[in-house]
Amino acid sequence: MLRKKRKTETRSGNGLAKSPTGIAGLDEITNGGIPRGRPTLVCGGAGSGKTLFAIEFLVRGAVEFGEPGVFIAFEETADELAKNVRSLGFDLDKLSRQKKLAIDYVHVERCEILESGEYDLEGLFIRIAHAVKSIGAKRIVLDTVEALFAGLSNDFILRGELRRLFRWLKDEGLTAVITAERGVSTLTRQGLEEYVSDCVILLDHRVIDQMATRRMRVVKYRGTIHGTNEYPFLIDKQGFSVLPVTGLSLEHQATSARLSSGIPELDAMLGGKGYFRGSTVLITGTPGTGKTSMAAHFVDAACRRGERCSFLAFEESESQILRNMRSIGLDLGQWLKKGLLQIKASRPTLLGLEMHLVTVHQEIEQFRPRNVVIDPITDFEAVGSHGDAKTMLLRIVDFLKSRQITAVFTSLISEDTTPGAAEVGISSLIDTWLLLRNLEQAGERNRSLYILKSRGMPHSNQIREFVLTNHGARLIKVAIGPDGIVTGSSREALQAREKSNGIANEQSRQSRRRSLDHKHTALLARLKALQSEFDAEANAVMTDIEQEGLREKHAQAQRSRLVQSRTERSRRFTPVKDDGK
Amino acid sequence: MRSNGKKKVTKAKPKTTIAGAAPDWQKTPEDRYSLRLYVTGATPNSVRAIQNIKSICAEYLDGRYDVEIIDVYKQPSLAKGEQIVATPTLVKVLPLPLRRLVGDLSQRDSVLLGLDLVPKK
Repeated sequence: MLRKKRKTETRSGNGLAKSPTGIAGLDEITNGGIPRGRPTLVCGGAGSGKTLFAIEFLVRGAVEFGEPGVFIAFEETADELAKNVRSLGFDLDKLSRQKKLAIDYVHVERCEILESGEYDLEGLFIRIAHAVKSIGAKRIVLDTVEALFAGLSNDFILRGELRRLFRWLKDEGLTAVITAERGVSTLTRQGLEEYVSDCVILLDHRVIDQMATRRMRVVKYRGTIHGTNEYPFLIDKQGFSVLPVTGLSLEHQATSARLSSGIPELDAMLGGKGYFRGSTVLITGTPGTGKTSMAAHFVDAACRRGERCSFLAFEESESQILRNMRSIGLDLGQWLKKGLLQIKASRPTLLGLEMHLVTVHQEIEQFRPRNVVIDPITDFEAVGSHGDAKTMLLRIVDFLKSRQITAVFTSLISEDTTPGAAEVGISSLIDTWLLLRNLEQAGERNRSLYILKSRGMPHSNQIREFVLTNHGARLIKVAIGPDGIVTGSSREALQAREKSNGIANEQSRQSRRRSLDHKHTALLARLKALQSEFDAEANAVMTDIEQEGLREKHAQAQRSRLVQSRTERSRRFTPVKDDGK
Repeated sequence: MRSNGKKKVTKAKPKTTIAGAAPDWQKTPEDRYSLRLYVTGATPNSVRAIQNIKSICAEYLDGRYDVEIIDVYKQPSLAKGEQIVATPTLVKVLPLPLRRLVGDLSQRDSVLLGLDLVPKK
């Protein structure tokens, strides 16, 4: 079903109907709004924002949820009210004309009233009923009903009548907000909490360490669960907002997308890919270890990817950051010009913690960055107590995570604190925690970096030397010398030594190779000589053998000729028989 | 003088004048009283208030008065204009200063004080 208006009714698990107030954050804390068709008491001291709360409840009801509302004002006239809230963008006159809102100013002035005998407040009831009927109201505000006690002296009658009034509001099914001044030891000066007991919200505006903070607490809420803490709230240009916006749940989506830290070597240490998108990165370090520079690398990388980035600086001004980062070869000015980067520099003590939260919220709502840097978060403790600063950070982290914004915080620790101990308050909020430390050695100080933790990814356990060059930050593998790790010039010396050793070794290897070559050549020459010697000998032998053969042939030929010639002669001379025998 | 003013009040006609008999207002116009009594139907307080104001007027003002009785049930918008909170409320419109008396007007002394009338010895 298509719905133009937002849901006008919410239900918590047990079926108690609730009316959303539309006030940012409050509906989360109360798990859906204030009880529907019942009165809710809003109490607080002077200037705590009761009237504004009430008006916003009505205006949002009328505009966002389509529920007309009646404002019974005991303290301000309709005109005054309209003027007061115009700055928040609420146009009461227009709403009145559209019959979405009715304002009735009830004037009760003791000096004009003389009491004589019994009376009741039927006149007021009729007026309220008339106003409700005239616009078909679903919501009603009585601000501040206690003014009646100032105008009329008969407490006995007043209390009876108020009880009747609240009963009547319930019977009519009106979702009511009743504001009341806070008493000294009670919630309200006149003990109204006795009559309005379904839901009580306490507003508070107190000054701690010269910082004014507004807080809200749901004191009771019958029949439903609700956040019980004191929640800071603010009144700003958009009206009332209770923080955190992401109330009590822990439901943000986690992606496995990764993005570069801006330093390739660091990315390599983080499983080769860098941080998770939407994760929270904390860079902790002692003074001068390059926290801001690391954050600036992240900013630079983000802008290079074409993503918007917010830099909230609490220690340096914009131009100071630009100048300092230029010295290590990062030109952040170009991103400023392209509108990808916004630097917001302010002193943390300028505002209370809640206002800081608001600044963060507003900045993010307006600029819609995908990456946020807060440099440093440590300064928040200058504004509030440790606990307050922690809750505030928790809210910022929640808020950023819910929007998939990657956040890099820097934090300062002193030299002698053990890492982890100082930040124990927020360590659980952090996904990737980098630690920068100074290593003092051989008369110099060198920066080093290691990864204290990085959720959900393999990460290096190595300490790296962190060097700031003219072309940005580099991470160098620390050298392991005979006395453990060495950095800086000792490392360079070691490396030089290793290099010279290397050269010597190379030389010896080369000469050995050369001598082998020589040997080989010599061997070849000798082989050649032997071959020729053999050839000569073989030659001689063969010639000998040949000649011998020839001679033998010749002799044989001679012999046969001789034999032939002898037999021919004997036949010619004596052809006689041999008788002598 | 009509004695059943309350009946009239609760009927459709919202304004019921129970002005005194022969008014001689030419004599002292500045002393003429103009009163409005806001009541809520026929509640005991309203009935008592009407009876009380009538008897006071009859006793002290002797015809120099107009009393308008208004039922806020019938005319709720009038209650807003007149800033009626408690009922019954008696508004002294004239002579100035304007003054409001709430209650059933049973404490005669305070009513007389509110109407700037001197109690009879």
